[in-house]
Amino acid sequence: MTELSAIELEDVVKEYHSHGEVVQAVKGVTLDIPEGEFFSLLGPSGCGKTTTMRMIAGFEAPSKGLVRLLGQDVTNVPPNKRDVNMVFQSYALFPHMSVWDNVAFGLKQRKTPQEEVKRRVGEMLEIVDLAGREKRMPRQMSGGQQQRVALARALVNRPRALLLDEPLGALDLKLRQAMQIELKRIQREVGITFVYVTHDQSEALTMSDRIAVMNDGLVEQLGGPHEIYERPATAFVAGFIGTSNLLTGAATGGELKIAGGRVLVPGHDGEVTVTVRPEKITIGTEEPARESSAVRGTVAEVVYLGTYNSYAVRLADGAEMTVFQQNAHDATATAERGDSVWLSWRAQHSYVIGS
Amino acid sequence: MRRLTPYLLALPSWMWLAIFLVVPMAAMASVSLQTGNAIDGFAMTFSFSNYADAIGAYSPQLLRSLLYGGLATVAMLVIGYPVAYWIAFKAGHRKSVYLFLLLLPFFVSFVLRTISWNFLLSDNGILFGTLKDWGLLPADFHVLATTFAVVGGLTYNFLPFMILPIYVALERVDPRVVEAAQDLYATRAAAFRRVVLPLSLPGVFAGVLMTFVPATADPINAAILGGTSNTMIGNIIQTEYLTNLDYPTASALSFTLMAVLLVGIFVYARALGTENVLEAAAR
Repeated sequence: MTELSAIELEDVVKEYHSHGEVVQAVKGVTLDIPEGEFFSLLGPSGCGKTTTMRMIAGFEAPSKGLVRLLGQDVTNVPPNKRDVNMVFQSYALFPHMSVWDNVAFGLKQRKTPQEEVKRRVGEMLEIVDLAGREKRMPRQMSGGQQQRVALARALVNRPRALLLDEPLGALDLKLRQAMQIELKRIQREVGITFVYVTHDQSEALTMSDRIAVMNDGLVEQLGGPHEIYERPATAFVAGFIGTSNLLTGAATGGELKIAGGRVLVPGHDGEVTVTVRPEKITIGTEEPARESSAVRGTVAEVVYLGTYNSYAVRLADGAEMTVFQQNAHDATATAERGDSVWLSWRAQHSYVIGS
Repeated sequence: MRRLTPYLLALPSWMWLAIFLVVPMAAMASVSLQTGNAIDGFAMTFSFSNYADAIGAYSPQLLRSLLYGGLATVAMLVIGYPVAYWIAFKAGHRKSVYLFLLLLPFFVSFVLRTISWNFLLSDNGILFGTLKDWGLLPADFHVLATTFAVVGGLTYNFLPFMILPIYVALERVDPRVVEAAQDLYATRAAAFRRVVLPLSLPGVFAGVLMTFVPATADPINAAILGGTSNTMIGNIIQTEYLTNLDYPTASALSFTLMAVLLVGIFVYARALGTENVLEAAAR
């Protein structure tokens, strides 16, 4: 493959000094993001994802390591000389400028001929569906509109990569879902590399080609949405992406004995941590067949969630497992609180972490 | 009753304004049109010539006041903006310390501070006396009783009133907005010119207002630092009122000064397009 890397980070470290102590926000991150990819940095707040992005943009200088854009070392290049643009959390629109002036800012700074500024700003406002609102001031616009101004302001410069820092965080759910699809469409249309910072796993899963799950300054797992969801590399990833049930213990002969049941882990022996997604588990009153993983428990809670029911089932040793059951036929729950039930799932749905 | 509550709550302030602003202003306006003297009393004669006479007699001092006030305001802006900028963006967690230092001079009376400048600047005082003894300054060097001393005193005394509003405006500028400008290829200088400066203009406007008006009308600095050739309009008004007991002339001069300042402010606000800027800052 001779695919060009849009962004490369090489063992990047960021240290802060606060009150005489050295705090490492980013502890050595290596990434290689090819051109045209929709790449997400996903993690809880304080995991270093925003700092990582700010080092790509040039607002922070790495304490150690290298940043390359299209193969060129830009580690010490200031943000105004980097061919990447950013969409800020809460947008950071220029409050004293109209929509038009906001969007034209970058082109004017680059001394683009007036005719071209006019054409490109007009086109971009068309793309983000804001044509006709050029003269509005940012404060006269809704959150969703401001969001699109911020996007247009960055994209109009045709950067080699677009960095987005939790750009949808301030929008309500409906608008956020609409914008997710919209962003993905725009990204496909313009073909620009997107680096998307978010703490919202469903957002990352929906839009990304690849995701880097970060925790405590390090990348825990790097992979496509499917891979990260189905085959989490660490217990942290399993817990952070969606809901998962973690079961630990010593396996013998491909079977892990747990309180009130068994987990089939073909080919594994010794100490294992197994994750099972709640939607893969079947809840029932009959003891399941031998070829399934199965465990007995008592229903501690049933939560009706519209499209599905969520059951919390307490096992004999006090641990709780979560089970989702689709409301495919009617809304009546299979089991009630206090019922004694069997949980079962197929062998391939037990994923041994780290395997 | 409930609908009246806001008005009732506002009543004390309205009464305050009526008694202490509107009534005295009306009284002064009336006095400015009277004739007579302090012993026999003044009588209303609608003597508009009071204004013409006062302006005719004291236009040099009036113009000088505007000039000194203007010079001091420019000096305060040149000194104050960088100070405000530094405190807002670079002082880190010691911001409040520097703001306190800025306000510290207010713990000493305005007159006392000006008198101590008189000591500092006096021809053979601790500063120039020593420098002259060392032969670093010529023996006839003097600062006191010059334009420089008066403008310097005004600049010193009113500087905090320039810095504080600019600081408040700069403090409210979102650092992300500045970063956004840099991200969009603006150099530091361009980001300042296109983003930080326009967003701080409401503060500059307030600062200029809060310094130019009192500096132009101030009698203390000219009296203590200025000597006889630097008399400002404030000194004339004071003398007419307290020494000559010529209340009509003093009142006419006061109103003239007020009118000139108001016109100046409106022209200035227009020139700056303050409405837009204030609106942007109010966000």
